[in-house]
Amino acid sequence: MENSRKSSLVLHIGVLALLFLLSFILSDYHQLTITRIMVLAIFALGYNILFGYVGLLSLGHAMFFACGLYAAGLPVYYLGWEVPSAFLFAIVISAFSATLIGAIALRTQGVAFMIVTLMFSQVAYLATLYFSDITGGDEGLVLPEHARSFAILGMQVDLTSPQTRYYITLGLLSASVLIVYRWVNGGPGREWVAVRENELRTRMLGYNTFLIKLKAMVISGTLSGGAGATYGLLFAYIGSTFASIQYSIDVLLFTLLGGAGTVLGPILGSFIMFYMIDFFSGYTTAYLLATGVVLILLIVYFPLGVLGTLRKKWRLWLP
Amino acid sequence: MSYTPDKMTDKDKRKSLRKLAGAAGIAMTAQFSPALTGHVLGSDRPIKVGMQLHRTGIGASYGRWYERVAVATVKLINEEGGINGRPVELVIEDDGTDPRRGAEVIEKFATQHKTDVAYGTLFSHVVIGSSPRAGELKLPYYVVSEGYHVASGSLNRYVFQPGITDVRSQIASMAPWIATNLGKKITMIFPDYAFGHDHRNYFSIAIAEQGGKVLEMIPVPPTESSFTRYFPRIPRETEVLYHVLVGPGVLTFVKEMGQFFGTRDRPRIFGYIDSLEAVDFATPQLEFLQGTHFWEAFPRYAQPDQTRHDQYFRHQVGVDQNGASVSDSRDISAYSHMFGCWETLFIIKQAMETCGYSGPEDRQALIEATESLTGFAESRNHPQGSKVFNGKIHQCFGIQHISRVEDSRLKVVHTTSIEDGLYEPEADYTQMAL
Repeated sequence: MENSRKSSLVLHIGVLALLFLLSFILSDYHQLTITRIMVLAIFALGYNILFGYVGLLSLGHAMFFACGLYAAGLPVYYLGWEVPSAFLFAIVISAFSATLIGAIALRTQGVAFMIVTLMFSQVAYLATLYFSDITGGDEGLVLPEHARSFAILGMQVDLTSPQTRYYITLGLLSASVLIVYRWVNGGPGREWVAVRENELRTRMLGYNTFLIKLKAMVISGTLSGGAGATYGLLFAYIGSTFASIQYSIDVLLFTLLGGAGTVLGPILGSFIMFYMIDFFSGYTTAYLLATGVVLILLIVYFPLGVLGTLRKKWRLWLP
Repeated sequence: MSYTPDKMTDKDKRKSLRKLAGAAGIAMTAQFSPALTGHVLGSDRPIKVGMQLHRTGIGASYGRWYERVAVATVKLINEEGGINGRPVELVIEDDGTDPRRGAEVIEKFATQHKTDVAYGTLFSHVVIGSSPRAGELKLPYYVVSEGYHVASGSLNRYVFQPGITDVRSQIASMAPWIATNLGKKITMIFPDYAFGHDHRNYFSIAIAEQGGKVLEMIPVPPTESSFTRYFPRIPRETEVLYHVLVGPGVLTFVKEMGQFFGTRDRPRIFGYIDSLEAVDFATPQLEFLQGTHFWEAFPRYAQPDQTRHDQYFRHQVGVDQNGASVSDSRDISAYSHMFGCWETLFIIKQAMETCGYSGPEDRQALIEATESLTGFAESRNHPQGSKVFNGKIHQCFGIQHISRVEDSRLKVVHTTSIEDGLYEPEADYTQMAL
C-alpha cells in the first residue's frame, strides 16, 4: 500500500517534471500549444472532481470557465487592475458562483442535474451576449497593453514571453495537480467516491452528502474558473465563445478520454484531443471526422478512458 | 518438449516495449524540436501566406469560396513570377470559425509554418480573438472581414483590412438612398453580436442624418434556429424592414419572413446580401423577395455593364455569370465578400514589392509599406472597383451597390461613390510601436 502510494506520487511528480524539462527542447509552436493545453488541463482537472470522483455529470462547466475569464478580464479592461489582483478576484468570484449554482443545482440528481447545469450555462452564455456593451459579446474584448506585464516580489513578469507563460501555466497546473492529488488520496476523496458509489449508504452512515457534493462543486468550479482567468490573462482575449456549450462538451471529452476518476487522466485527455485535431488537420480537411473515428475506437478499446482502463486492467495504483 | 515459437516471454515483451518507446522518442523529438534535428530554413524559401480559413463552423459557406479564390489568386501570382521573384505558398489552416482555434492557428503560422503573413479571416470574433496573438508574434495579419473592428482602432498595428470596405462605411454610403427611395421609418433585424451591432450602431446614426428613424431594433441571438416569433415585433408603421443575418440559419430566416408576410401588405424590404450569401435566389419560397432590395459589394449576377475585370475574375475563380460555380450551378458563391481575398493578396504582393520584402526580418518594413499605400485603381487586381486606403486606420473604402430582385436575379439600381462611405478616422495605428 505504502509502495503504491509512493509510486503514484513519483509518477505525478514525474509527469510535472517532464513538462518542465520539455520546455528546454520544445519548438516555439509546441511550447505555445502545450501552454494552452495545460490551461485546459486545469479546467479538466476541476471538471473531473465533480464528474470523475463524485459522479455528477455537469453539462455546464463552461460557465465556470467563462466566469473566471470575465471576472479576471473585465476589471483589467475597465478598471485597469493589475494581473495578480484580477486573477485572485476571479478565483473568489468563481468560488462564489460555484457555491450559488451548486446550492441550487445539487437539489437535483442524474439527468435533472445535467439539464439544470446546462440551463445555467446557457443563461450565462446568453447573458454574455445580452450584456455585450460590457462583455464585448461574441466579438469579445482584447485586454489592454498594461495587462501584458506585471510586477511581483520585485520581479517584472512579461506575459508576451512564451517561456514566461509556459512556466506560469506549469506552476498553476502543478499546484492544481498536487492539491487534487492530496484531496483524492485523503478524506475528501474518500467521501467523494463514497457518494459516487452509493449516496444513500453514505447518507445512512451519517455523512451530509449534500455538503460533500457542494464542496466538490465549489472546488471544481473554482479550478475551472481559475483556468478561465489564466486563459484570459495569458492570451489577452475574453469573449462569449468560451461560455458556449462547446467548451462544456470539450472538457467532458478530455476527461472521458483520459480517464474519469484519475488525476492524470484529464491532463492526458487534453493532450490527446488537442494534438489529435492538430495532427489530422495537417493531413486532411476531414480532420473532425478522423478525430471522431479515433475517439470511437478509443472508447471501444478504453471504455474507462486511457488511464481508467489501464488502471483496471493492470491494477495500477493510479489515484 | 514445450516449444512456443510465437509467444514472447515477459522479458522479450519488455525489450520490445523499450525499443518501441525508443523509436517513438526519436520520432517525437524530431517532430517537437526541429532545432535538435538540424532543421534550418533555407534562404530561397517561398513567400508563405498563412490562410486562416473558416472551413468548419458557422462561417463554412464563406470559407469554401474564400479558399477557392485564394488558391486561384496564388496560382495567378505564381504564374506571373511570384513576389519579388519568389513563389508564393498558401498554407491553409481551419480555424473552425472559433476565436480560440483562430488564435492557435495564428501561433501555428508564426512558429511552426513560419509564414510571412497571416491572411483571409472573415468572422469578426475570430479576427478579434486572433489579433492579440498576431500583434505579439509580430505577424502581419491581413483580414477580409468587413467588420468595423480594424478601423475602430481597437486592434493593433499588425492587423490590416485593405481589400474590403467595412460595415460602417457601407452603411453610411447606402443610408441616403434608402431614405430617399424606400422610406424613413425603419425596423432593423440583425444578429445579436458584433457584426449585427455594427449595423445597429451605425445605421441608426446614418438614417437619422437623413431625417429617418429606426422604429424598432430586433436583435436575433446567434444560436437561434427559428425566427417566427421575431416578426410580430415589426411595428405596423414600418416603411422599410432592414434585415441582415449570417450563419446557417439565414435561409430559414428569409423563408419564415416570407411566410409571415404572406400576401398581406408589407413594408419595403432592404437586406444585406449576407442574409442570402451563397444561397440561390431561385430557391422555393423566396419568390416573395421579388421587388425587394439588397446591398451588394460586388454584383453576384453579371450586369449589362459588366467590366472586363469582373469577367476575368469570374473566369479565374470558376464562377459563372449567375454567381454560381461553373462546375455546379447549385453551388452559389459568396460573391460580395470573396473578391476581398483576391484583392488582399495583390495588396500583400504590392506592399512586399514596395519594401523589397525578403523574409520575416522585413515584417516591420512590410507593415510600414502597407501603411504607406493610399489607394488601388480599378483593375484586374482590384475587380470590385477603385478603393481609397487609409494607412492610419488600416482600412480601405470602396464603392457599394444596391440591387433589386427581379425574376429571381439581382439587378443593380444604384452604385455609391467612394466618398459616400468615408468617415472621420477615430484612430491612428501608425502611432503604435512596431
